[in-house]
Amino acid sequence: MNLPYSYILRNLWTRKLTTLLTAIGMALVVFVFATVLMLSEGLEKTLVATGSPDNVIVIRRSAETEVQSVIDREQAAIIVSLSNPAYGPAGKPLVSKELMVLMVLTKKDSGKPANVTVRGISDTGLVLRPQVRLTQGRMFHPGAREIIVGNKISQGFTGIGIGEKLNLGLGEWTVTGIFDAGKTGFGSEIWGDVDQLMQAFRRNAYSSILFKLVDPTNFEQTQFRIENDQRLTVEAKRESQFYAEQSEMMSRFLEILGLSLSAIFSIGAVIGAMITMYASVANRTAEIGTLRAIGFPQQSILQAFLLESLALSFMGGIVGLAIASLTQLLTISTMNWQTFSELAFTFTLTKEIAWQSVLFSLLMGLVGGFLPAIRAARMNIVDALRTA
Amino acid sequence: MRYLVLLIVRNAFRQKLRTILTVTGIIVATVAFGLLRTAVDAWYGGSEATSATRLITRNAISLVFPLPLSYRNKIQQVEGVVATSYSNWFGGVYISEKNFFPQFAIEPRSYLKLYPEYVLSPQEKRAFFKDRQGAIAGRKLAETYGWEIGDVIPIRGTIYPGDWNFVLRGIYEGASEKTDETLFFFHWEYLNERLKQVGAERADHVGIYVVGLENASQAAEVSQAIDDLFENSLAETLTETEKAFQLGFVAMTEAIVMVIEVVSFVIIIIIMAVTANTMAMSARERKKEYATLKALGFPGSFIAMLIYGESVIIAMVGGLLGLFFLYPAADVFANKIGTFFPVFKVTQETAWLAIGIAFLVGLAAAAIPAWRGATIPVTEGFSEIG
Repeated sequence: MNLPYSYILRNLWTRKLTTLLTAIGMALVVFVFATVLMLSEGLEKTLVATGSPDNVIVIRRSAETEVQSVIDREQAAIIVSLSNPAYGPAGKPLVSKELMVLMVLTKKDSGKPANVTVRGISDTGLVLRPQVRLTQGRMFHPGAREIIVGNKISQGFTGIGIGEKLNLGLGEWTVTGIFDAGKTGFGSEIWGDVDQLMQAFRRNAYSSILFKLVDPTNFEQTQFRIENDQRLTVEAKRESQFYAEQSEMMSRFLEILGLSLSAIFSIGAVIGAMITMYASVANRTAEIGTLRAIGFPQQSILQAFLLESLALSFMGGIVGLAIASLTQLLTISTMNWQTFSELAFTFTLTKEIAWQSVLFSLLMGLVGGFLPAIRAARMNIVDALRTA
Repeated sequence: MRYLVLLIVRNAFRQKLRTILTVTGIIVATVAFGLLRTAVDAWYGGSEATSATRLITRNAISLVFPLPLSYRNKIQQVEGVVATSYSNWFGGVYISEKNFFPQFAIEPRSYLKLYPEYVLSPQEKRAFFKDRQGAIAGRKLAETYGWEIGDVIPIRGTIYPGDWNFVLRGIYEGASEKTDETLFFFHWEYLNERLKQVGAERADHVGIYVVGLENASQAAEVSQAIDDLFENSLAETLTETEKAFQLGFVAMTEAIVMVIEVVSFVIIIIIMAVTANTMAMSARERKKEYATLKALGFPGSFIAMLIYGESVIIAMVGGLLGLFFLYPAADVFANKIGTFFPVFKVTQETAWLAIGIAFLVGLAAAAIPAWRGATIPVTEGFSEIG
C-alpha cells in the first residue's frame, strides 16, 4: 500500500522557498545541458544540409578546405571531361567551376570584423544547389560585376542591401539579389560570376569543381577515375561528407565543452537536491515515525521520498527546457577555425534533445534523492516517534 | 562580540552533512568558474602578449591574400619605421590533423630581432640561421611531441602542397609567462625556393609584414603612411597594431567567448540557489531559537547578523578550498588540451574574483532568511511547525 500522491506534492508546497530554489538550480543545469546539445545539433544540421550527397566536390589533394585549394584551368578542364555529370533542364552539363576567397566585412551588431566567404560560381552553380532560392531582387548577370548575398550576411553585416555597392578586389560590385539558403551554410556567403571574380582578385585558378552525379550510386567509380588520373593531384568527395568534415573541430569543441559543463553543473544540482531532501527527511522524522507506526511499510516511505525528489527535478527540467527552447530565436555567428570563414547557425531543438534533457533532470533527482530516501525508510520507529 | 562569532561558527557546523554538501557545491562551482575565466583569458592571451611598438601590415581584402615581397623596401623607408620583417602562415599538418600548432615561414634574422621575447641560446640561433632547412620550436611544443634538437620534423603542406622536412635547430623559451611557447618557425627562403621551382604564382609573396616602430606613439601615423603608399595598387594594405591584429581573431570567435561568459554567470546563480537553500533550511529549523533570543531582548538585527555570518562563513570556506583546488585543476586541464591554448594560467584577478564572488554568494544567500528571521513576530516563531 502506497502513500497518496497528494501527500508528496503537499510536502513540496509546504516549503515553497526551498522547493523553488532547488528547482531553479535544476532548471539552470538542464538549460545549459539542453542549449549545448541544441548548439551542436544546429551546427550539424547546417553543415549536413549544406552539401548534397548527389554532388561531388573536387579540391586539390590535402588542401582540406576550398580556400586553400587551387585548381588551374588546365586541370579543371580535365576534371570536367572525367566527371560524366548529370544534365540540367537546358541540356547543360551540371558542372560548376568555382572560386572561393575570403574578405573582411564589418558586423552590424558589434562593429567587429569577420571573414566572409566570397564564392564565384558558373551559371549552373545555382541549379546544383536546389536548397538555395532567390528571395529578393534578381540573379546576377554573367559577365557583369554583380553579386547576390546570402540572407544571414544581409542580416548580419552593414552596407549589403540591394543596390548597394561593395568593393571586391579591384572595382565596385552591385548587390542585385538576396538569396535564402534555408538552414545551410551558404546563407553566410556572397556569390558572383566566377570569371569576373577571378579577374577582380587576379587569380588564374579555380578553387574547386562541383558537379552532379548522373547516378548517385556511381560515386566510387567517378572518384577512382578522377583521383587516379596521372595528370591530376586532386581529391573528390561527396559534397555532404565534405561539409561535415569542415566542422569536425568545431563540433568536437562544442561536444567537449558541453559534456564537461554538464558534468560539473550536475554535481552542483545533485548536491542541491540532496540538501533539500535530507532536510525534508530531518524535518519530518516524527511524521515518518507516525506513518510507520500506522503500518506503512519501509518500501512505501522510500517510494514517497524518491517520488518527491523526482517531482522536484521534473519541475526543474521542464522549466529549464522551456527557457532553452527560447534560444531557438537566436543565431550564433562565429568563425569556423577550419575554413577560417564566417558561419551562422541556430540552436535547434529536437524531440530527442527534449527527452534527453528531461531524463537528465530526472536522473539528477534520482541520484540526489536516493540517499535521503533510504535514510527515511530505515528509521527506527520508536526513535523517530520520540523526537516529536 | 566574541560570543556572537562563536555562536555563528557553531551554527555553521551544526548540521555537518548539509554544511559539507554545501561547501562541496561551492568548491565545484569555484573551480568551474575559475577554469572558465582562465579559458576566456587564454582566448585573449595572444593579444596580451603583443608589443605596442609592432605593427602588422596585411592585404586589405583579407589575410588569405599575400603581399608582394617588393613592398618591404618601401615600408622600410616610412618615417618612424626602424625594422621590418615578414612571415607566411604555413598551416601544415604534422602526422595528423589533430596535432594543431601554428607554423610560420619567417625571415629569421630580422624576425627574431623584432621578437626578443623568443629567447634562443646564441649557438642555437647560429645553427638555425645557417641551415636553410632548419626550424625552431617553442619549449611547450617541443615537450608535447618530445622533439629534441637535430630531429627531422615532417610536415604535410595544405596551403603549400607537398611533404616538407625540417631539421629542429633550436628550442626557444618565452621571456615571460605570457609568451606563446607553441609556435614553429622556419626559413621563408626554403619555402620560396620550392615555390619558384614549381613556378607558382605565390612565389616572392609574403603573408604579413611586421613593422617595428621607433616609439609606440607613432602607431597611427605610420599605419596611415604605409597604407597610403599602396593605395589603388594591385594589393592594397591594411596596417594595424599587433594587438588590434590579434584581437581581430578573437572578435571572429566572439560568440564562443560570450557563451563561456554566460555559462560562468549561470554557475554563480546555481550555486547561489544551492547556498540560499541551505540557509533557508537552517533558518527554518531554528525559528524557535530565534524567537527565544528575541524574547530575551536581542534585537532583530542580531538575528540577521547570525544568519548572514553563518552564510558568509560557509561560502568563504567553500571559496577558499575551491581556489586551493583550482590551480591543480587548471594544470590538469592545460595538459589535456595541449597546444590549443598556448598560455593557460590562473591570473591573480581570477583568484580575487572567485573569492569575491564566494563572499557575495554568502551575502545573497542569507538575504531572504535573514530578513524573515529578523522580522518574524515572537509568538509566530514559537507556534510554527517546520
